[in-house]
Amino acid sequence: MVREYTVYGNDFVRAGEVSGKIKTILKGLGYPPEMIRRAAITTYEAEMNMVIHADGGRVRASFSPEEVVLVFADQGPGIADLNLAMQAGWSTASETARQLGFGGGMGLPNIRRYSDALDIDTKVGTGTTLTITIRPGGRNL
Amino acid sequence: MKILEMRELLAARTYACPDRTREDVAAAAASDMLSDVLAMGGAPDVLITGLLNPQVIRTAVLMDARCVVFVRGKVPGPAIVELAEESGVCVLGTDMPMYQVCGVLHAHGLAAAR
Ligand SMILES: Nc1ncnc2c1ncn2[C@@H]1O[C@H](COP(=O)(O)OP(=O)(O)OP(=O)(O)O)[C@@H](O)[C@H]1O
Ligand SMILES: [Mg+2]
Repeated sequence: MVREYTVYGNDFVRAGEVSGKIKTILKGLGYPPEMIRRAAITTYEAEMNMVIHADGGRVRASFSPEEVVLVFADQGPGIADLNLAMQAGWSTASETARQLGFGGGMGLPNIRRYSDALDIDTKVGTGTTLTITIRPGGRNL
Repeated sequence: MKILEMRELLAARTYACPDRTREDVAAAAASDMLSDVLAMGGAPDVLITGLLNPQVIRTAVLMDARCVVFVRGKVPGPAIVELAEESGVCVLGTDMPMYQVCGVLHAHGLAAAR
């Protein structure tokens, strides 16, 4: 089963809706709670990054018994130094995002921690694509 | 403890889902940064924060927290209350500051989420 969604840039009212929808599907399909937890946190972080840093993008979620693959593709500014971006605490978030409680520079490290596989394809001026894989019985929280 | 007891200990008001105050809560997370709440990654039943916006409720829902406590006399607006009602998150508000809220609840057995 595959589902696709649009995430809207800088829309802090709707931000988080897509993650909520994906979580509802995961629950409906009966995946284990620990896996749903990890998927919920990683999708929310990736969605917020598209809202805050990339002016939105598209999400494609594929569900199979063995794994859930979540692809977050945007045409934002890209990430110039990925090593730096992966460090906890490093952030270029706007004042607006910080006032909402984001911009701790924890999102990408968090996604890596809670996913079973993470691939980041990014190019300055072109955009960023995150491919996150979550498996039942994978990394335990 | 029950949300109801928590409300009493904090002299708190209920802003959303009063019907859920009879439910049990065991663990909490506290922060003014949603980044931190997500990074802590535990399984909090209660989210304690001085941050006031709808994203707090979304974060609570994503983390399966059933109760949000706003500290320092913050009064949640209609957008927050509506989203909380819709998502079934119980919302309390207290005049106590964060440190006191955490101290009181911890002393009464509400554990740190892990
Ligand atoms: N999709 C993206 N497009 C462009 N830049 C991004 C994207 N995602 C992350 N970044 C860059 O990487 C940095 C680190 O991202 P990360 O998610 O770890 O932290 P943050 O979003 O700044 O804060 P937090 O996630 O804690 O709210 C961001 O500040 C931003 O500069
Ligand atoms: Mg982020």
